[in-house]
Amino acid sequence: MTRAIWSAVLSHWRRMPLQLFTLVMGLALATALWSGVQAINAEARASYAAASDELTGGFDRIERADGGSISVDTFVALRRAGWLVSPVIVADLDGTQVAGIDVLTMPDFVLDDSQSVTPSTPTLWVAENVKITSKTVTTVVDADLPPGTAVGDIGVVSDLTGADISYLVVNPVQPLFQEKLDSISPELVILEASGETDIAQLTDSFHLNLTAFGLLSFVVGIFIVHGAVGLIFEQRRPLVRTLRSVGAPLGQIITVMALELLVIAILAGAIGVILGYFIASALLPDVAATLRGLYGAEVGGTLTLRPIWWISGLGIAVVGAMIASIRALLSIARMPILKIAQPRSWAMQSGRGQVVLSVIGIGLIAAAGILSLFATGLLAGFAILAALLIGAASLVPVVWTLFLAGTERSASGPIAKWFWADTRQQMPGLSLALAALMLAMAANIGVSTMVGSFRNTFQGFLDQRLASEVYIDTKSAEQGQNFVDWAAGRVDAILPIDKADVNISGIPTELYGPVAHQTYRDHWAFLSAKQDAWETIHAGDGAAINEQLSYRGGYKVGDVIVVAGVALPVVGVYGDYGNPIGQVIIGRDLFLQAYPDSAATSFGIRIAPERMSEFMAEAREEFGLSGQDVIDQNALKAYSMEVFERTFTVTASLNVLTLGVAGFAILMSLLTLAGMRLPQLAPVWAIGLDRRQLGWIELARAVILAIGTAVIALPVGLALAWVLLAVVNVAAFGWRLPMQVFPVDYAVLGIQAVVAAIIAAIWPAVRIARMPPADLTKVFANER
Amino acid sequence: MNVKAIVLCILPMCAMAQGFAGLGETVDGFAVPTAGYQFMFPEDHGAHPEFRIEWWYVTANLTGPDGTQYGAQWTVFRNALEPEMGTGWGAPQIWLGHAALTTPTDHYYAERFGRSGIGQAGAKDTSLDVWIDEWELTDNHMTAQGADWAYHLDLQFDGPLVFHGDNGLSVKSSAGQASYYYSQPYIRVSGSIFVDGAEIPVMGQAWMDREWSSQPLASDQSGWDWFSLSFDTGDKLMGFQLRGTDTYTSASWISADGGVTAYSDGAFLAEPITVHETAGVTLPVEWRVTLPLQGVDVIVNAINPDAYLPVSVPYWEGPVTVTGSHGGVGYLEMTGYD
Repeated sequence: MTRAIWSAVLSHWRRMPLQLFTLVMGLALATALWSGVQAINAEARASYAAASDELTGGFDRIERADGGSISVDTFVALRRAGWLVSPVIVADLDGTQVAGIDVLTMPDFVLDDSQSVTPSTPTLWVAENVKITSKTVTTVVDADLPPGTAVGDIGVVSDLTGADISYLVVNPVQPLFQEKLDSISPELVILEASGETDIAQLTDSFHLNLTAFGLLSFVVGIFIVHGAVGLIFEQRRPLVRTLRSVGAPLGQIITVMALELLVIAILAGAIGVILGYFIASALLPDVAATLRGLYGAEVGGTLTLRPIWWISGLGIAVVGAMIASIRALLSIARMPILKIAQPRSWAMQSGRGQVVLSVIGIGLIAAAGILSLFATGLLAGFAILAALLIGAASLVPVVWTLFLAGTERSASGPIAKWFWADTRQQMPGLSLALAALMLAMAANIGVSTMVGSFRNTFQGFLDQRLASEVYIDTKSAEQGQNFVDWAAGRVDAILPIDKADVNISGIPTELYGPVAHQTYRDHWAFLSAKQDAWETIHAGDGAAINEQLSYRGGYKVGDVIVVAGVALPVVGVYGDYGNPIGQVIIGRDLFLQAYPDSAATSFGIRIAPERMSEFMAEAREEFGLSGQDVIDQNALKAYSMEVFERTFTVTASLNVLTLGVAGFAILMSLLTLAGMRLPQLAPVWAIGLDRRQLGWIELARAVILAIGTAVIALPVGLALAWVLLAVVNVAAFGWRLPMQVFPVDYAVLGIQAVVAAIIAAIWPAVRIARMPPADLTKVFANER
Repeated sequence: MNVKAIVLCILPMCAMAQGFAGLGETVDGFAVPTAGYQFMFPEDHGAHPEFRIEWWYVTANLTGPDGTQYGAQWTVFRNALEPEMGTGWGAPQIWLGHAALTTPTDHYYAERFGRSGIGQAGAKDTSLDVWIDEWELTDNHMTAQGADWAYHLDLQFDGPLVFHGDNGLSVKSSAGQASYYYSQPYIRVSGSIFVDGAEIPVMGQAWMDREWSSQPLASDQSGWDWFSLSFDTGDKLMGFQLRGTDTYTSASWISADGGVTAYSDGAFLAEPITVHETAGVTLPVEWRVTLPLQGVDVIVNAINPDAYLPVSVPYWEGPVTVTGSHGGVGYLEMTGYD
């Protein structure tokens, strides 16, 4: 019997291969985007983990409280006082992050005599694609190193970079007696090992963003599957009825159908994982660029296929398929044995469901509204987004049904009335696809509004911040000083740009001490500030902080921060877009008191625009600097914008993919419906509408549906943008952006949606237009 | 990234091509011990960077208030990558410290690595003053510690320095490999040891060995058994055997008044009686030691048979008791059994 049930159930796919395709592709696409995003996240996290485990992961550290470097003498004093600490130098060499470690004192160090290489020259172990130009070291490629890094003995790295010790790793096992740390070196502090690295914390929000996109795509995909499964089971009702009439047990039929879905889900999941791998491979370079641009985090540009994807990809495909089909399976299970298949009854039944849907939808949107009033933080942000999107999606069929009922009533003429009624009749089959399209469009509007607002703000910010006409990067402090001497008479002002790395309330922060100059007063806009903020800062009586430090550290104008050994009131908070860490500006004198050895190597130059190019050429020649080292304002702005644009490439790509999935959903829904709608079309054809007209009507319907969905998507998308800008961004990046609207972009998106809907409707429309009249007449012959 | 690979490039001892701990390797560029060397003090208490290998080695037999016997070991090795002292991180001198505290039931030990180029380890040539991290050995005290133990011992040098072999040139093989080797076997000790959270006052005697060379072992010699015995009569015996294709022995008889008699290959004999397995290694912990020319025929027993140091270059080192023709205490070192 089981065999008979199997062959009967499976025969459905022979007759409806398109439905099988829809089901498999819907699940595969959902899985693909989900597992692609997971793959990217996993790869990035693996890179961070490698970067942190590599050297000092899991160990406490000793650093200088002011973030400065530690002298060799201090290290030796600690060792001689019974502190088992190991020095680490982290320095930049030709753009590579080079770490120097002392293998003699590194904790947990076990000697292994399996390798007895004794190189005659100093050696650096480098990641793939890292180039070290120094002729004095031999480089050995080590594929396990995080990208863009190199490691060597502290002696080699110290010679190459001239750097002092960056921090000390504290051996977890310390001897019985040791002097107190502050009696040896009071400026040192112990930082307890944290479970994850700074980079991992910083980038968490980015990965959460990606995950949210993956989830959104998955939900859209599941909508497709849900729609497809609903139709498939509806069409199989006669089959189930027949099988049960000939004696097949209901339980066995349900089991067979569930198993069949399971097999399809696994197959689709496998396709999805493979697709996801390609999506991730294509996106990873952009993700890597984004992470580098936003957070300075290095992520490898190549993907390793990890077994966990297969498991999680197949798992989510199966779970998704089960979620999508549980209602359909239940309705088969509850179906009275003699009930016949009635598409119209399906519509009526889902009409009752609409009441439930509208309650859920309104409830969720209300919840999103209330949350957005009170909640802060990343999780709250995503909760608001989820409530908003799911709520709006639930309301899509309700809104359409109400709208169509209205238009049907007010329509004049039989064809118009029939058109609206027929559209309403199709709503249950289309509503999920329309909800998916609405979600994709809203996401598109929301994200493009956010990116657009960000872009405009960032451009304005660059205009403010890059106020000097020319920027110079010298190669050393000595060359920097020579440059200052040389340029003194030639330009209007030389503004040194030097900084110290400090830690404020545990937040890594850059400390700047610019010279007093009109440039800052003229160009530097504060988000909030006291009067005469710049005068106060230059006088050494106050500090300005960036928005990131203000949000993370909870500092406002008027609060006091301790920096460079003094307590200063915050007199201004400024926007600092694109910077992952905190920033503080204090007066030049205070800065030099705390860091007397600080010597600027970078300078902003104020100069009359007409003398700019001449000056730049002279500076290059005089100091042997490259085009990159002597750069004018416009080139630097262009470079910054390029970094900015790359930052959002991934978001844009995911947006397009989501929209594509939604388009596919519409196509599949229309195709499926076209096959089912013969009983509705045949009478209309019979009373005089020809097939061409019917085809055109189909196209017109698609356009109306697309426009209507776009209209619904617009407010949802704008609400989404607001949440992204006012809640998610603040939590994720530490800055809030003013929201701007981009009507032209939305119009373009609307046109795209209409075009997508037309393309999706062409095939079903053509099929109707070319339908053999015999098929239409058959409807009457088959009248049930 | 195998960080281990880096250390191996630094530590010559890990490139164990030949002999025990690379001590049988050839000596390009390094000085070689020769006969007729005039020792100068305090300079010769300091480092000799022109030689590849050097050590400062103190072993102490200690007794607690209840008569319990303890042993303390303080050792610093200098390993040169190049025959110069140098300064800074890259200076080609790697220092290695081993310290241990042995009770009849426990054996505590620790290992340290350091660089003299930055001052983390070193030896002065103005007086006996050697250190690695907080461990220190001077002519009046000796300290070392690990995670759960420590010793703070005051030292009093109580007799003349003793020069082994041919006025301090100690030959290690029939092929002529040799080292400079002198000892201070007369050191009175008092102080404290710290174990199990308690401070225990101790008294006793210590023996310091100083040795430096560039290739002290022949390439076929895989290890040694070394004895420093202090007899109740006040006489002392230093004897070792180097195990290789042939066994090579050497000994010094140090009479109570400080007179030294050197014995060349074959005069001193050490035969294992009982073996013991510890940390996966089987080695003799009871020996019959004879030096017939001085009427010595004694049984040497380890106070704690598990006095094994599973450090980067593992070996056994611990206090012993002496019975037989002479009674006394001493230290036993056994290498090359793994």
